[in-house]
This record gives sequence, structure tokens and C-alpha cells, in this order.
Amino acid sequence: MKGYNFAYLDEQTKRMIRRALLKAVAIPGHQVPFGSREMPLPYGWGTGGIQVTASVLGAGDVLKVIDQGADDTTNAVSIRRFFARTAGVRTTTRTADATLIQTRHRIPEKTLRDDQIIVYQVPQPEPLFRLEPSRVETRRMHGLADYGLMHVKLYEDIARFGQISISYDYPVMVNRRHLMSPSPIPAFDNPKMHRMPALQLFGAGREKRIYAIPPWTEVRSLDFDDHPFRAINAARPCGLCGATDAYLDEVVTDDRGGRLFVCSDTDHCAERRAAGHVGEEGLKEAAE
Amino acid sequence: MTDDTLLSARGLSLSFGANDALVSVDVDLWPGEMLAVVGESGSGKTTLLNVLSGRLVPDAGAVWYRDPAGKLHDVHAMPAPELRTLHRSDWGFVHQDPKQNLRMNVTAGGNVGERLMAQGARHYGNIREQAIDWLHQVEIDANRVDDLPRTFSGGMLQRLQIARTLVTHPRLVFMDEPTGSLDVSVQARLLDLIRTLVTRLKIAAVLVTHDIGVARLLAHRIMVMQRGRVVETGLTDQVLDDPQHPYTQLLVSSVLQA
Repeated sequence: MKGYNFAYLDEQTKRMIRRALLKAVAIPGHQVPFGSREMPLPYGWGTGGIQVTASVLGAGDVLKVIDQGADDTTNAVSIRRFFARTAGVRTTTRTADATLIQTRHRIPEKTLRDDQIIVYQVPQPEPLFRLEPSRVETRRMHGLADYGLMHVKLYEDIARFGQISISYDYPVMVNRRHLMSPSPIPAFDNPKMHRMPALQLFGAGREKRIYAIPPWTEVRSLDFDDHPFRAINAARPCGLCGATDAYLDEVVTDDRGGRLFVCSDTDHCAERRAAGHVGEEGLKEAAE
Repeated sequence: MTDDTLLSARGLSLSFGANDALVSVDVDLWPGEMLAVVGESGSGKTTLLNVLSGRLVPDAGAVWYRDPAGKLHDVHAMPAPELRTLHRSDWGFVHQDPKQNLRMNVTAGGNVGERLMAQGARHYGNIREQAIDWLHQVEIDANRVDDLPRTFSGGMLQRLQIARTLVTHPRLVFMDEPTGSLDVSVQARLLDLIRTLVTRLKIAAVLVTHDIGVARLLAHRIMVMQRGRVVETGLTDQVLDDPQHPYTQLLVSSVLQA
């Protein structure tokens, strides 16, 4: 687009962000401060993710943007269109075709490859922020790997609810050293981060932090020996494609208690349906 | 004494501007021993405690701590991670105000278990069992394990703080006026409890207090401080029954005889 630099950000800003990214990759899970710029979208809509994407995007990249797993929501559509206009890159909704995936709150169901990069939008990079209000203190805790407090939170959950009740933004230990917030992805997606072949980058625009997980890094969800980590999901198959191993959204369909469970990853669901898989709802439609 | 000292300090001096908080103070503490530091307010007792525990750096002098393996560590030259590890395993700190140490929005069990989890305990059942066991030891009912500390009385909070501190079996505990904020009847019970626990677990302790009675009840040895100087030191009974220094005589004579 005329009047703008490639991918919107000027080259100096991109260099600054790339430098922060290199640092972040060198220390997996460590939060690196960076000079976050104002972007033409509000805080909380992915200002961090969009800056990281702009800095690593090349002319040959194929971009996919998802929001809660869906390719067709406002946030995903506008960010995808933003880069199509400012960088002229090809965009796609197919996970397998993308080289760069920006995501809000999901990891695609399809296993990512080592030639792909996934960029997470992060609202709150500090996993301890609800437990320890002082940033000086949390930084010291990260520095000294003093993470007993996080386990106190898990202990409290079990004491109160009989189980660890964190369903999203479930804290992980990266490379056996840094406690990290995985961004608000469902706990269901946490195991996908472990030894993922793709490079994982995290950008928090309002909080001005970048962190990363290099490929094939150990990522463990915190738990107790006698209360191991469990990925929670609806105990149903997808109503449209019948998938039993995908993360499901609950959709209210009427005002008489009707509800439908469908894959949150729209691309995954569409691919399965194209391959001939049919769920309960699809069967009903076919009967009608 | 032929044993090795657990903690020893030589020539500690610290001044805040023109105020001398500590002037050339020497301290020796043997394993299992309880040392009371008494003096009026502003005499440098708490400053001494903070310097001994590595929270404040003195202008001159050094503090040496002998770890279980017999190795000596200069407390103020230790790297921060090591000092922190020491503070959450081998050492304990009991504050005058339990709210400083406790997490008020975490249940009693979580509070007691925190030090265990910080040391790497990862078995919920065991942590809880130990927490309940410790609540029992400090005479808190086991069915309060899931209650928040803000529903506890002042005396219970102080006992909870002691349970939280002792759960990792520290070898050395620093106590800053542990009975200061409690009424007399609760004080007596707490003192009794501290004495029992400390004797049974063979914990060494530095106890700061302005209350001579507390010192007489708990401590083996006593140090009397005035304006940052140690004016008299010795066995508790000896010092209190036959005070030599005028200031100690004043302190002892000013205690009301019940």
C-alpha cells in the first residue's frame, strides 16, 4: 500500500522487536521488555501479536489469523486484511498452507511443522500477577526460580474444589526453568506446546513484553504428583464433523435449552467435513 | 562450649545517618540454643536481627553461618539465590505482626504448605497431611485447615505463623517480638508452645523482646542492648538475678513484681 512501509511498522521498530525476539528465543519463557508501539487497533485486540507478526513477516509468507480457533471472526478477519493490504502477503485459512499463524487463545488442532511460526496474542504475560501484585517481586521470583507461590494457588484450588480449576491460561514451566503464561489458551491446548516443532512467539502489546518458546522445547503444565494435569474438554463429539479429539465450543441454539457442541477450530472442522466426516447435527440435516 | 557455633558475628556496626544503630556487636549462637536480645525500643534489637538474617547489610563486620555440612558462609557475601534458599529452608523468621508473614487470602493449609512447596514438595496429599499435623502441633483445630487466616484470632494467627515457619524444620529461627501484640493470657500459652517446640525440635533461636519475663522464660542466654551497644551478656538467670551494668539493673528493677 502506498505511503506505508512493508507490513506497516518502520524498519527501526522491526529491528528493535526482532532483537527482543532473539533474546526471548535465547532464554525460553523469559519475558523480554520491548518498546511497544501504538497500533491501529485497540489494546486487547492483539497489539502485541500484530507487532511480532509485522516484524517476522516476509514477502513470501502465507499468513493465517485465528481468533478463538475461528478464521471468520472480526478480529481475525481484520488483522488478516490488514497484512494483506500493508504487506501484500498471501493469506489463507488452511493451517497446513500457512507459514505464519497469528492466534488469539487457541492452538490449531493440526500438528504444526518446523517450517511454521505461531504468534500468540497475550493480554497478561505475568503468570504470577494475581498472586503477587508487585512486579519488582515477581521479577525477583523469576530470577531466583522461586515458584512455590504458584503451587500454593494450585493447592488452594484442590482444597476448595477438589481439583485444579484453571481452565485457561494454565501456567507452564518452560525448559524446566521459567514459569510462563501460555496466553489464555484452554488448558486443553497446553500439551501441544510441549516439544512443538514450530517456533512459538508471544507478544503482549499493552504490557510491553515479548517471550518465546524455541522449537522442541520442554513445556510442562504445573501439577501435583497425586493430582496430575488433565486437559478438560466437553465430553461430546463435534456436532458437525463428529471429531472426538478436538476442542469444542458450546453454542446455544434456541431458548429451550438446545445446544450444539462444535469444533472451535473452524478450519479443522471444515477439512474433516470435506473429507466426509459427519456429526450428529449433519446426520439430522441429511435426514430432513 | 566445645561445639561449633551455628551463627557468629564479629564487630557488627551500622548507623543510619547520625544514629548509631549497632556499634561493634559480637554474637555467638550454638545449635539448639535460644538467645534473647533485650533492651528498650530504639536500642537496635530489631536492626541486629535484620543484620544477622542478612536483610540489612552492616557498615562493618561480618556474620558467619555454618550449614549442616559444616561449611561456613559469610551471610552478606552469599549470592541472593543462596540466601533466599537459606531463608526458606534452614532459617525461619517470626514477625511481631503475623500478617506480615502470612498470606491473608490463602487458607491456613496453603500458608503452612507454602514453604514445603517452595522446597519442591509436589504431592498434595503429603503436603496437606503435614499441614494438618502442624496445625495440630500449634493447637489449631484440624478442621480449620481450609479457613482463611482473616477468620482467625490474633493468637491463632501468631501460632499459624509459627507452624508455617517451623514446617520445614529450620535449624535457626529469628523471632521479632513474637508475643508483642497479644494479651497476657494468650502470651503465656504461646510462650509455652514456643518453648515446647523449640526444645523438641532442637531449634536455635534469636529472640528479640523488650519483655524481660519472656526472656527469662525462654532463653538460655541473654544480651542486653542500649543505644546500639551490647552492655551485658551471659546466662539468662545469671544476668537477671545479678545484673552488673547500671542499665541492666534499671531494666530488671523496673519490672513489676506480680
